[in-house]
Amino acid sequence: MGLILDGVLQAFRLLLSGDGEVWRITLLSLQISATATLLALAVGIPAGTLLALTRFPGRGLVVSLVNTGMGLPPVVVGLFVTILLWRNGLLGALELLYTPAAMVLAQLVIAAPIVTGLTLAAVQQIPERFRLQLLALGASRVQMTWVLIKEARLPMLAALMAGFGGVISEVGASMMVGGNIRGSTRVLTTATVLETGKGNFDVAIALSVILLVITFLVNWALTWIQQRRRA
Amino acid sequence: MRPIGLVLLLALSALAAPTVPVTAQSRIVILSTTTSTQDSGLLDVLVPMFEKQSGLTVKTISVGTGQALALAARGEADVTLAHAPALEKKYVEDGRMRNRRLVMYNDFVVIGPEDDPARIKGLPKAADALKRIAVAGARFVSRGDKSGTHLLEQGLWKQAGIEPAAPWYLESGQGMGATLGIANDRRAYTITDRGTYLAFGKRLTLPILVEKDRPLLNIYSVMEVNPANGPRVNAAGGRALADFMLTSEVQAVIRAFGVERYGQALFVPIAGKKDEEF
Repeated sequence: MGLILDGVLQAFRLLLSGDGEVWRITLLSLQISATATLLALAVGIPAGTLLALTRFPGRGLVVSLVNTGMGLPPVVVGLFVTILLWRNGLLGALELLYTPAAMVLAQLVIAAPIVTGLTLAAVQQIPERFRLQLLALGASRVQMTWVLIKEARLPMLAALMAGFGGVISEVGASMMVGGNIRGSTRVLTTATVLETGKGNFDVAIALSVILLVITFLVNWALTWIQQRRRA
Repeated sequence: MRPIGLVLLLALSALAAPTVPVTAQSRIVILSTTTSTQDSGLLDVLVPMFEKQSGLTVKTISVGTGQALALAARGEADVTLAHAPALEKKYVEDGRMRNRRLVMYNDFVVIGPEDDPARIKGLPKAADALKRIAVAGARFVSRGDKSGTHLLEQGLWKQAGIEPAAPWYLESGQGMGATLGIANDRRAYTITDRGTYLAFGKRLTLPILVEKDRPLLNIYSVMEVNPANGPRVNAAGGRALADFMLTSEVQAVIRAFGVERYGQALFVPIAGKKDEEF
């Protein structure tokens, strides 16, 4: 128990003392995971909406795949993205392995199915009648889709939170494709693993506390936006 | 992947990593190495020194020695710093690694619970100690990850003529630090490099029981990757980093490393020496 308390104190000390490294690591974590989440939204919202509004043969299979993808193990994603980005891999010429961009790519693969799946659920729960009504009132298909997305925006915030929460907290893929390189690809989760390995448990706990606080602040802000209308 | 995704990613990589231009491959050197060099903090000192002097960017990938060499053999690294002489020599014989040169050494120690149920304390031969541990069925935690430490441990079991197995033999599958933690918690014996052991300091209650046996010597070598291993191997960069490790300046840094923090040096520099001298 004393160790955890020490770690919490250490977290504040590290942040307040302006320890450059901890701030850099924290900012990089945010930068990478925010970018990945935004890209996942760019992919997942259109894909989820499309899946919700269309009927085609094999749709059930696609939806099942998306739902499976929501639980994609990060370490598996990490392995495949690493092999893809190897110098001798399919995308080796891009020289992306062990860069923040590689981590964004891996996290995008993790977050996109989450956003897609939750968007699909959000749009689908809007009653069919509402859609028909819109069309009856003379809305074009594009207009109708836009209204539906707007209507589903609160549940979609949940998709945003789930996507961000999934990637900011994952360690397996970030470790593999980023390499945990100091000053370049070391993020909060991989730094925590490293410090634990070094036996610096207080620093590891401090990093964990910072990660928890950040995740809380981001979710708190998003929840505030989501719940504000309800009041 | 769609081309749009690629363009986006490229743009992103430029944004996110302004110091690492994607096209200038010869500016990047990938060093595959073992966790012990990273966990000791030595590379955090040496790598920035090298980057400053050479203008190159080093990507240090810290994995077990087995993986470090396997990556290098696939041309996924440019230079390797490892500590498994027998395995290294095999890679050099196969022609996948070149120009193996000794850099430094430290040593392994056998540690275990204070009450020492297998009664190995003070034995001169590590292999004899392992034999007693096996006979007593005392708990032993192995890295089990094909790291240099694990390979050395396997060599010792072979020497002892024992095939270690559960239930007393546990494989952690993790790095040295995590393995020490498990051994400490489970009151088990294990083999560790002295550097990591010192770094853990008072958090460990397991004393050193066997040390200073010749097979416990832990020799680190640097090897360059054969450019034939892959199309994008940066041979010149790998060579530069290997040469750098052997300069008298770096050897002096190695000699002094750890003295301030642990009261003793973690490594002994040995540039220019041969395996036969040990």
